[in-house]
Amino acid sequence: MRIPSSTLSVGPRSLVLVAASALALSACSKKAPESLPPAPAASTTTQTTPGTLGPVAGSQADFIAKMMGADVIYFDTDHYDVDATDQAALARQAQWLMQYPAKRATIEGHCDERGTREYNLALGERRANAAKNYLVSLGVSPARLSTVSYGKERPVALGSDEASWAQNRRAVTVTID
Amino acid sequence: MTIIRPLALSLALSIPALAAPAFAQVPASPPVAAPATPAPEDGGLEVTVSDDSEWQDLGIAITVFATDQDVPTRTNAGSTAALGRALSQVVADDLRNNGLFKPSGPAGLPQPGYDQIQAPDYPTWAVRSADMLVQGFVRGNPDGDITVGCYLYDVALKSQLIKGGWKVGPGDWRRAAHKCADMVYSRLSGESPFFDSKIAYIAETGPKDRRMKRLAIMDSDGANHRFITSGQATALTPRYSPDYRSIMYLSYLNGQPSIYVYDLDTNRQRLIARTGNPTFAPRWSPDGKWVLYSMATAGNTDIYRIPSAGGEAQRLTNSPGIDIGGSYSPDGSQIVFESDRSGSQQVYVMNADGSNQHRISFFGGRAATPEWSPRGDQIAFTHIVGNLRVAVMSPSGGGLRYLTNSWQDEAPTWAPNGRIIQFFRTAKGSGEASIWQVDLTGRNERRLPTPVGASDPAWGPIRP
Repeated sequence: MRIPSSTLSVGPRSLVLVAASALALSACSKKAPESLPPAPAASTTTQTTPGTLGPVAGSQADFIAKMMGADVIYFDTDHYDVDATDQAALARQAQWLMQYPAKRATIEGHCDERGTREYNLALGERRANAAKNYLVSLGVSPARLSTVSYGKERPVALGSDEASWAQNRRAVTVTID
Repeated sequence: MTIIRPLALSLALSIPALAAPAFAQVPASPPVAAPATPAPEDGGLEVTVSDDSEWQDLGIAITVFATDQDVPTRTNAGSTAALGRALSQVVADDLRNNGLFKPSGPAGLPQPGYDQIQAPDYPTWAVRSADMLVQGFVRGNPDGDITVGCYLYDVALKSQLIKGGWKVGPGDWRRAAHKCADMVYSRLSGESPFFDSKIAYIAETGPKDRRMKRLAIMDSDGANHRFITSGQATALTPRYSPDYRSIMYLSYLNGQPSIYVYDLDTNRQRLIARTGNPTFAPRWSPDGKWVLYSMATAGNTDIYRIPSAGGEAQRLTNSPGIDIGGSYSPDGSQIVFESDRSGSQQVYVMNADGSNQHRISFFGGRAATPEWSPRGDQIAFTHIVGNLRVAVMSPSGGGLRYLTNSWQDEAPTWAPNGRIIQFFRTAKGSGEASIWQVDLTGRNERRLPTPVGASDPAWGPIRP
């Protein structure tokens, strides 16, 4: 197959460039770049060290601190419906998002490892959308919310057991600083 | 990254140094009977797949390939004499590692001289109970290319069954050995060749929660391994184009998972469709003219097709739920795909234009990642009942048979001749992935040698 000339160069060097320029963007621009590549590390880890002063109001660190775990909702095997516990967590997220109307957020959808790779990508997308739709129903503008699915590629619990799988079937809301 | 140059793999049947005798087309005497009875429409597997014990009873001797003159070569195998040993070892490994035959040699067998290649010493081999004898030669050419000849003899009949010759560049010497193994395999089994083919896959390194996933390629036996992407963006689910010039795969390069076509000649890539939505599960049509991809819109995933040269995408499915994947029948007229429209993942078939969608998997559990055999007679898939297992069924959904029984085996891909399947196995706990291979009897299972963890194998077609 012949490839048209309007192609994207992706040699290793240009990959580095893309990553570097994305970093530069996020360092000097307040506007959330949509093309920001995902951080290589799991962006879902909760690294909040409140310190003496606490996180800056309206920051992702603040969001994590205020949510006290409610930044993540969990799903049953093969399901994507938002249950009562999830609704309470999403209501808490919506409250914060309404308080900081300039903030945007990405909802990451994840699955446990006990499914096929491609289907889990689609299922993670469906879970992220279920969370997004509920936030929208609570009044958060859909323009502020994006979704991304990582399927089963980014587990947070590393075991191969029911407890780990339950933690991995999740949708994580990450606000964009 | 090196670019694989176009191959000049020319058939060189008339070899001047060796006066070619009349081409003896004697049918192989005992070894491989063609299927005695016509295969029934459903699950004709027991009839069309020869039992491995038949194969392995056949005594095949594979000897060191002789050379007229031991001269240096530009290959990584050394001089022509060393290359002769390496070539015969690749032939023996091909035939042995796939569980098809139990050949003897090249180690421990007499080494025929150059002048014996076309005049085997039959009594020597008869005494050793060899039924079949593989001999060959290798010569270095002044232009740096090498010429390889390969001969298959029936020892009892004292006759040549088939021969082949190939002139290859120094970087492609293994291809000549694969062509020789293909020739022997095809002549003895009546099946189509498959050794001279390549595999695209995902190389995995690092801990389970931050694993690096890179696009990589290798020959069908795991040799000539090469990484294609750097790993800074997660890569998944590659598919070789039928002409081997490009690979479609999923990348998180722009944050959102999207399907790219990576051109192996130019090392450039492009999005298959600028949709603004996540795209998954890329597939080629057998003729390479069409591409299938799946796209999620507001959480609902459907299958689309688009001309591979570019053009307008056409939506093929529109059920609420996840419709994903897709694998063309060999004639390109039908597509087998996966859908959870019934409430769980099941396998469906539709016409290539999306019409006549109907479910074919009705045996409990979930059925995923269907792949149509290049022969058309079977569909391989992942069956999920707690564990994930690789299984086959007929295109009408009958004759379910498991080929593997492990904790988590998924994503089967067919050898070009539809006789062997590769898939990937995930280890419980560590999540380490490895590529495995199994034949249709389910008895000959082996792990492919890969330098690091490996998943999502995608077997390309036989090379010309």
